[in-house]
Amino acid sequence: MQHRIPPHTDPAPGRQRNLRRSTLLIIAGSALLLLAIHITGAMIDERGLATQPQNRNQAPSLSHWFGTDWLGRDMFARTMKGLLLSVQVGLIGAVASTLLAALFGLLAATGGKHVDRFVAWLIDLFLSVPHLVTLILIAYISGGGLRGIVIGIALTHWPSLARVIRAEAMQIKQADYVRISERFGKSRIWIALHHMLPHLLPQLMVGFLLMFPHAILHEAAITFLGLGLSPHQPAIGIILNESMRYLSTGMWWLAIFPGVSLIIVVRLFGILGERLRMLLDPRTAHE
Amino acid sequence: MKLNLMVYGKWFGMKLIRLCTLLLALSIVTFGLMSLSPIDPVQAYIGADAMRVSSEQRQAIADYWGLDDPPHVRYLHWASAMLQGDMGTSMLYREPVADVIGERFLHSAALMAVAWLASGVIGLAFGIVAAANKGRWPDRIITWYCYTIASTPAYWVGLVMLVVFAVWLGWFPVGLAVPAGVMASDVTLLDRIYHLVLPALTLSMVGIAPIALHTREKLLSVLSSDYVLYARARGEKGYTLIRQHGLRNILLPAVTLQFTSFSELFGGAVLAEQVFSYPGLGQATVEAGLGGDVPLLLGIVLCSALFVFIGNLIADLLYRLIDPRMRKGGEW
Repeated sequence: MQHRIPPHTDPAPGRQRNLRRSTLLIIAGSALLLLAIHITGAMIDERGLATQPQNRNQAPSLSHWFGTDWLGRDMFARTMKGLLLSVQVGLIGAVASTLLAALFGLLAATGGKHVDRFVAWLIDLFLSVPHLVTLILIAYISGGGLRGIVIGIALTHWPSLARVIRAEAMQIKQADYVRISERFGKSRIWIALHHMLPHLLPQLMVGFLLMFPHAILHEAAITFLGLGLSPHQPAIGIILNESMRYLSTGMWWLAIFPGVSLIIVVRLFGILGERLRMLLDPRTAHE
Repeated sequence: MKLNLMVYGKWFGMKLIRLCTLLLALSIVTFGLMSLSPIDPVQAYIGADAMRVSSEQRQAIADYWGLDDPPHVRYLHWASAMLQGDMGTSMLYREPVADVIGERFLHSAALMAVAWLASGVIGLAFGIVAAANKGRWPDRIITWYCYTIASTPAYWVGLVMLVVFAVWLGWFPVGLAVPAGVMASDVTLLDRIYHLVLPALTLSMVGIAPIALHTREKLLSVLSSDYVLYARARGEKGYTLIRQHGLRNILLPAVTLQFTSFSELFGGAVLAEQVFSYPGLGQATVEAGLGGDVPLLLGIVLCSALFVFIGNLIADLLYRLIDPRMRKGGEW
């Protein structure tokens, strides 16, 4: 569902705000949130996740913010742990995917016609199957586990960004300084690394930030389907999957709170990426 | 006119060749990678009875499925059967893969078609309303909804639907495509629709976002054009203005966008079917992935690719048929 969302050209319709200042606030806010998730996630040890049979099936209260599940585990602790895991997996997957996009984009732009065609074909191949099916396939191929999820996320997110990078690199290739550099006998790899890559860094940064929330969502989706992590690990997807069996008994808090926490994290990073994209894009930077 | 037909024929031919090479490459890559999986198909096939199966029986199963042959031999075997219309036998369902996919796809198709139509129509309406009221509260609510739902997992929307409509209000069943404990012949169309409502609602709620946001963007750019300014100067305004000058310009991109979204639709269906235990193709995909059912998974990968390809093809064709600018020039 990524990249179908058109650019957000007016962040606050009808109200003029300073984009730079509000973006800084959002960066600070998301950094703080990330830090908070990390700290609470790291502080919660085995004891926090332990089963407390005397506290089973409790609705949210002051001592258990998100309630407890059918084994008496505190849902707030599990949610934080799960968020930490999702963010980490999303981060690794998105970084790897961005590197892949940079590699293939530059290869297509500098490697000549045949390489370009091959990369285009590869992109088509990856886009031809629904992402979720690819993720399931890769999870199966790698035999489950965290590794399969990370590989799957890395392999499914690069094609669209690679196209953007290719187009940008093609433009840079026409620039005078690149042509002069070519005449001076610099190799294609040298040009790609020293003339193109520095210009592409902002694009890669924004691409990464826009990819990150989708990577988190896909991680949650694939663990929700039960492919990948073992059921004992508190991942958001697994928590939501387990909650399905208890929803019909009226334990709504098992699904609502973890889901809302996930949405808040994903939305925040989405906004962050959009804002940075607008700041880096000269057409919208001064709105 | 004759020339036109020839051009179309050539175009279709190219597309067909593309499809064939795509499916061929996809099947080779998928097959090759699958043979690398550490999941033992025999083990996955036996499942929980592992203790009671002797090693001779395991060997017999492996021989029966041809699992000890090298991958390329197995691939050629599979491909030649495939060309004759035999997609192999599903290990989980013990039925021909083609039958499993065919039956499951019917369920999924009903779900996806309803969600596709509903999200298209509602999304278009939302986009128009948002653009017409740019900056005012309807616009803010709609854009807020779209951006939020775009960062919401589809299955979580399904879970919320379950809690609200099935558990609290009790209006709809908790899952399945047909009532439990009823003979297949006694299931009425009404029963099926009744069971379809919640999953379809979930899928369409999620599908609204991209189409609404795109429509809004397109319509805004149309509304800021010179001819709309001229129309306004002549005194046209409100929804008449949008209907006469905007709608024609935004309809085609909106419709083609809906057709190119088959990939996301399929992904959403996988998740929604899992939440509602709806026996569609998505659920079969998950089961095949979990159970190591290689023939079924391979069949589903190819079918989903074909599904996405057809969507893109229709979008491409619509553009060429309807937009005169694309008809005249452009690359064929």
